[in-house]
Amino acid sequence: MSERIITCINCPMGCRMTVTQDETGAVVSVTGNTCKRGDTYARQEVTAPVRMVTAVVKVEGSGVPVSVKTREPIPKAEIPACMAALRSLRPRAPIRAGEVVLADVCGTGVDVIATRSVG
Amino acid sequence: MSEIDKVRKDLVIIGGGPAGLAAGIAAREAGVEDLVILEREDEAGGILRQCIHNGFGLHRYGEELTGPEYAARDIAKAEELGLDVRCGTTVLSVDGEKRVTAVSKKDGLQVYEAGAVILAMGCRERPRGALGTPGTRCAGIYTAGAAQKFVNMEGLMPGRRVVILGSGDIGLIMARRMTLQGAKVLACVELMPYSSGLNRNIVQCLEDYGIPLYLSHTVTEVRGRERLEGVTVQQVDAARKPIPGTEINFDCDTLLLSVGLIPENELSQRMGVALSPVTSGAVVDDTLQTSVPGVFACGNVLHVHDLVDFVSDESFRAGKAAAAYLRGEKAEGLTVAVLDGDGVRGVVPQRLHPDGDVTLMFRPAGVVRNAAVTVKSGGRELARKRQMIFTPGEMVALTVKKEQLAGVTDDITVSLEVSGK
Amino acid sequence: MQTYTDILIIGAGVVGCAAARALSLRTKADILVVERAGDVAEGASKANSGIVHAGFDAHPGSEKARLNVLGARMYPALCAELQVPFRACGALVVAFDEADRATVENLLAQGQANGVPGLRIVEREELLRMEPNLNPAAVCALEAPTSAIVSPYELVFALADHAALNGTEFRFDTEVLGLTQTESGWLAHTAEGDIACRCVLNCAGIDSARLHNQVSADKRHLTARRGQYDVLDHPETPPFSRTIFQCPTKMGKGVLVTPTVHGNVLLGPTAEDIPDGLDVATTAEGLADVFAKAKLTWPGVSLRTAVTNFSGIRAHEDRGDFLVGRTAPHCWEAVGVESPGLTSAPAIAEELAAAILADEAFPAKPREETAAPYRRAKPFNEMTAEEQAEAVRKDPLNGQLICRCEVVTEAEIRAAIRRPVGARTVDGVKRRCRAGMGRCQGGFCAPRVVDILAEELGLPKTAITKGSGESRMLVGEI
Repeated sequence: MSERIITCINCPMGCRMTVTQDETGAVVSVTGNTCKRGDTYARQEVTAPVRMVTAVVKVEGSGVPVSVKTREPIPKAEIPACMAALRSLRPRAPIRAGEVVLADVCGTGVDVIATRSVG
Repeated sequence: MSEIDKVRKDLVIIGGGPAGLAAGIAAREAGVEDLVILEREDEAGGILRQCIHNGFGLHRYGEELTGPEYAARDIAKAEELGLDVRCGTTVLSVDGEKRVTAVSKKDGLQVYEAGAVILAMGCRERPRGALGTPGTRCAGIYTAGAAQKFVNMEGLMPGRRVVILGSGDIGLIMARRMTLQGAKVLACVELMPYSSGLNRNIVQCLEDYGIPLYLSHTVTEVRGRERLEGVTVQQVDAARKPIPGTEINFDCDTLLLSVGLIPENELSQRMGVALSPVTSGAVVDDTLQTSVPGVFACGNVLHVHDLVDFVSDESFRAGKAAAAYLRGEKAEGLTVAVLDGDGVRGVVPQRLHPDGDVTLMFRPAGVVRNAAVTVKSGGRELARKRQMIFTPGEMVALTVKKEQLAGVTDDITVSLEVSGK
Repeated sequence: MQTYTDILIIGAGVVGCAAARALSLRTKADILVVERAGDVAEGASKANSGIVHAGFDAHPGSEKARLNVLGARMYPALCAELQVPFRACGALVVAFDEADRATVENLLAQGQANGVPGLRIVEREELLRMEPNLNPAAVCALEAPTSAIVSPYELVFALADHAALNGTEFRFDTEVLGLTQTESGWLAHTAEGDIACRCVLNCAGIDSARLHNQVSADKRHLTARRGQYDVLDHPETPPFSRTIFQCPTKMGKGVLVTPTVHGNVLLGPTAEDIPDGLDVATTAEGLADVFAKAKLTWPGVSLRTAVTNFSGIRAHEDRGDFLVGRTAPHCWEAVGVESPGLTSAPAIAEELAAAILADEAFPAKPREETAAPYRRAKPFNEMTAEEQAEAVRKDPLNGQLICRCEVVTEAEIRAAIRRPVGARTVDGVKRRCRAGMGRCQGGFCAPRVVDILAEELGLPKTAITKGSGESRMLVGEI
């Protein structure tokens, strides 16, 4: 059994929740939450946390970088690899907002798309 | 001496950020044909252009957009409506007769003689000088927004080892941005015993990257002759005075400041618009009209918002109200004052006509749990809204219905009451 | 690498630049100004009260008294000729009790002995009518109508530009490590090589005693006396129309409250003797002291509109007077030039220039035709609407506002970089045209100023610095 303390992000209450997991990682209990949304968040956060990644990427043929995002949240553990992949990326101008600049980043199945147009 | 170019306009909107765009869209949809939006940057969209993170638009669109994406929707709508958005145009002054003097490379100096004006200039960040932080005046001290502009708009790094003073959302967001771009963020330091940022940002921008948050601490010294070399952080007491012996030294080349936003009301002040010392924005009525007839204010220039969705919402109302004003539909009849009661700071609007639905917005003065907002007038409770927590970091909005306001003739007081009373 | 010049001036502060100008207007001889920092006016000349003192403070018979009165007389014409912001706003030295009254009466007598015009004692009632925001506890004051305010660094920029237009060369980031006398003059040693010259003028500010002691048997010592200040944003109506002094102490003139020529309000300075003459940090104690003392003058003072704080170093010679004149053969100096140094600088420069040109070893190369001062355009912020319209028509870059707080255009920023001794740093731009000087302190305009500097100087943006040395704004690309 292991315990983790998690701060709920759903509202300003910021409940400090204790999540207990067994040896297999399965959630045994969530305590400290005030509402159901906290429970759901805590279970997701300890088993498969995900994050949106937003960044800017240098553009070949433009003085300004393009802002990008993962179309969907990706596993939190993949953030460093995702950033490394974006750092070596040099898409060529012009780029239109919504365009895929990197497909299937780090094998997550999620595309990275431009959030503004450049060039 | 040369002639000055004079242009007659029904409506002049100052600022082409989310507030100005929404006001323009609403005004056009309400029938104002002859309007112009004056924007000093080269593109419309305001500060959203550099806010590349997501989290915008949940209330308005039910989805999470990045700043540029949120702005792009308003810009597209403005284009579809054929709005005249003049970028690269800075307003130099507005006088009490609603003459707006603006300058641009393309159009030179122009005076717009406006039937109505909407103030939508947004806000600026408090700089180091306003804090009085002692030490040297070396390079490497930036407001979080200036750093954000360098990184996100120009692809340039302002530093590698960073301390952030202030835990407002921009500071938290920049902690993550700098980390993701390869910088080491050593600490986020907050003067107050609580953060004014969203929990989500504390978790996802600080905790995710192991960045410590020092509550009830502040930066008490800045060192470095040329570039910043380090800062001293100290704990503060209840009166926010540094406690001797609690010094922590950080070796850093960058200090980012996220210590508050100030509505940019220099133009408003010079044209004679009455300002509230609490919000630093204009004093307005329920139509968002200022003390100068025909001049309206919305968005962060009126009061600093947390969410752009609410900026847009407020600005739609300003646009509609300006359209009504231009049609000659003056809000008439009795107005009553809306006052800050216990636990409440900066209710907007400060006056209202008690003959329609009115949305009241304010910030709690401190963190309060299990409390209710009450709206009272002449001993009568008009409305009440319970909430499990109120924090200064989260603006409270409460709509009071026309029926609830019926018959009100006395001042209205908005208070926070701890439940059980 | 060895360089040769006829006249070497060490230090590009107000004295060095005024001397360079005075010399360059009279002689065609080569003049080189070397400066340790990256710009002119980087030492005490940029960080002081900006007061042109009437001349009642200094003891009659001292060099300070003599040069103060002479310098003050030169200011109105000098500033008019060089287009330097200057305003004869007058000053009051306020007495808060009867002991102070005695001090004020002493100052009156002293000022009259020094030849200061128009001095008088103003009693309480009239005083409070003149300055309604003054602490009503005031009992009387000395009024000095000839006291004035000036933009100290803008004066130095104008002096340097005028000298440059008359052939003076400026070399920055160059510290003179030592001086050696030679048969034909002097050799100045720097990290970048020696500079040979016929004659040398030491105006090295806080560093000037070091050079003095190398060449003179009369050893001198400078104490670094730091003064901390607060700057408030320009209010709609200024709290005081004059410079308000408190009674002086043995450490200096005390804390003043004054309008500046740009409409800000300046509070300060402290007076603290510190070991390091380059330590221009402010301290919590110092700023608290400024505030507490300013409150005595101005009970309504508030730091809510503070835009910045700074400190400057006064070079206090232990015997308390200026040391202006000849140090050794063909070697001249201005040492210990603390307050009223800014006021005295034009007079010091004239005297030194005349003395240097009278040196028998000096080649007579009189200059017949002199170049006029650099003419900068009227600040956009000060133009009428008609003038602004015309300015944009002439140069569309005047239509591009860069600094919103101080209303500075792109054309003005480029002009600040292109003027004869132009800005090479973000601070250099700020002091020359006020971009970034306002209430947001460059929060909005600094990135644009970096872009323009990089473009004008042909440098990558990452090479742009805030001020001297390695004060880089940016550390690299993403």
